[in-house]
Amino acid sequence: MTRTSSKPPARKRAPSFATLAVAPHTVWMVLFIIAPLLFVAYYAFTDANGTPTLSNILALGDHTETFFLSVSMAVIATFLCLVIGYPLAYFIAKLSPRAQKIVILLVMLPMWMNLLIRTYSMMAILDDGGFLNNFLMRLGFDPVHIVGTAPAVVFGMVYNFLPYMVLPIHSVISKMDNRYIEAAGDLGCNGWQTLFRVVLPLSTSGIISGITMVFVPSISTFYISQKLGGGTFDLIGDTIERQFQNPATYNVGAAISLVMMILILISMAIMNRFSDDEGTVIV
Amino acid sequence: MKILSKSYIALILAVLYVPILVLMLFSFNSTNNTGVFTGFSTYWYEELFRSAETFAALKNTLILAVSSALISTVIGTLAALGLDRMRSKLLKGTINSVTNVPMMNPDIVTGISMMLLFVFVGTLLGSTEKLNFWTLLIAHITFNIPYVMLNVSPKFRQMDKFLPEAALDLGCTPAQSFFKVELPCIMPGVVTGFIMAFTMSLDDFVISYFCSGSDFQTLPILIYSMTKKEVKPDIYALSTLMIIAILTLLILTNLSGDKGESLKDKLSDSASRMRERMQTRRAARASGKDGESQ
Repeated sequence: MTRTSSKPPARKRAPSFATLAVAPHTVWMVLFIIAPLLFVAYYAFTDANGTPTLSNILALGDHTETFFLSVSMAVIATFLCLVIGYPLAYFIAKLSPRAQKIVILLVMLPMWMNLLIRTYSMMAILDDGGFLNNFLMRLGFDPVHIVGTAPAVVFGMVYNFLPYMVLPIHSVISKMDNRYIEAAGDLGCNGWQTLFRVVLPLSTSGIISGITMVFVPSISTFYISQKLGGGTFDLIGDTIERQFQNPATYNVGAAISLVMMILILISMAIMNRFSDDEGTVIV
Repeated sequence: MKILSKSYIALILAVLYVPILVLMLFSFNSTNNTGVFTGFSTYWYEELFRSAETFAALKNTLILAVSSALISTVIGTLAALGLDRMRSKLLKGTINSVTNVPMMNPDIVTGISMMLLFVFVGTLLGSTEKLNFWTLLIAHITFNIPYVMLNVSPKFRQMDKFLPEAALDLGCTPAQSFFKVELPCIMPGVVTGFIMAFTMSLDDFVISYFCSGSDFQTLPILIYSMTKKEVKPDIYALSTLMIIAILTLLILTNLSGDKGESLKDKLSDSASRMRERMQTRRAARASGKDGESQ
């Protein structure tokens, strides 16, 4: 650390200015981030009249199936995103820098388009009277019933959230020191061994980041399941959304949201622990 | 292997883009059939432009996006400045972690949590329309601030620390040093932050859905209520226009400033956004750690 003669006066004046500058943001955070979350907890543990109760939490037993369905669908969608997205990120990272820029931009572009539009266009294609089935019938095939099935919902999640998996993994792989891969080759690894023993472990941070970024929106979605599930699949997101249509069920909705939030926090904590452990194993 | 990997990339990109292209094609369909293209017409666009509802929603969306982006840029830039000067690592880490809560939480939770607050306060105040333009504006500012800070904070870190000191030595007040010396240095980050906040606001559906009343409808909310009814190509037309608008916006931001730089910036920005998200999660777990440290 070097000290200059000009530092002391700056140090004296700067903190008050710094505090002043952070103040609006801090107040805003307390009012509109922390307070709302406290309200979720408050509503979860009170009834419509404001009397404390545990009945909302106990009523969650009715939604066990929904929770189970949502978690399994989100897990499958996240897994598929990883299986499809990792090779994609890897192949993109092997392109020339110029081509990489263009392809990454193309992967990012759909993220800027509204989720509603993307899901809706997917539904329009897969629908019973939609583009795909008309196309199939013209070729002489039987139409396939897709919208309203579980695979359609999972496919919708994968389609919408795949870029969130590809981008962090690509960013890690493209920054990876190529000499590790060369060294692995020199030491006798074949292509697959290099991939599984060197590249994959080194990209753990990107994978973990991608998994969380796909899992969180997948488990909380309600539009995708409404449109591609054809109203037959009730996920946590749908259940929460329905509770907030009517002031009488706000409390139950808050309880479900609270449990979902805790569920996500726990899985994130496990995932971060996992990534840290991996890190120490490699080093 | 090369051909295989390239065709894999092409296949995935095709799957990503075909639905959007089909949607654009069918927005020009002459009948309301969404499965068979019967002929070219601009009927659905004319239909769309005849509806006053669409224009009201468009106007609302733009008012909301501009005002929420402006306010969040001011609050976010000031906060980034203050955090850059802050000595306490613990306080800095805490503020950073809380700031990123709306980014980590599912949108639906952010939406309903603010809705509960607005409804509760609205009931206390005895107002009839508890959810209105102002609640929507507050919600949008809240989820926009982290994006502004993520773009501005790195610029403060890159800035020569002696510049503001020199300005203070030469007799500037802290405010003068900020406006005359620091602001020009961090301006690229502020502009990117503003544009990102603007786009986030344009694009948001879930949070707006819970925090808006019946008297103030934005385009995504209008699309949602349209898709609840029967399938008609006017939604396709509206979607096509929105996609074209977003594309134009992206191209314009890439053309402004020097070309190669801004494109690269955007890419590394999104990458650093993700990295920073990761780090904040870590920091949240081991509280006290600085959320921004590499």
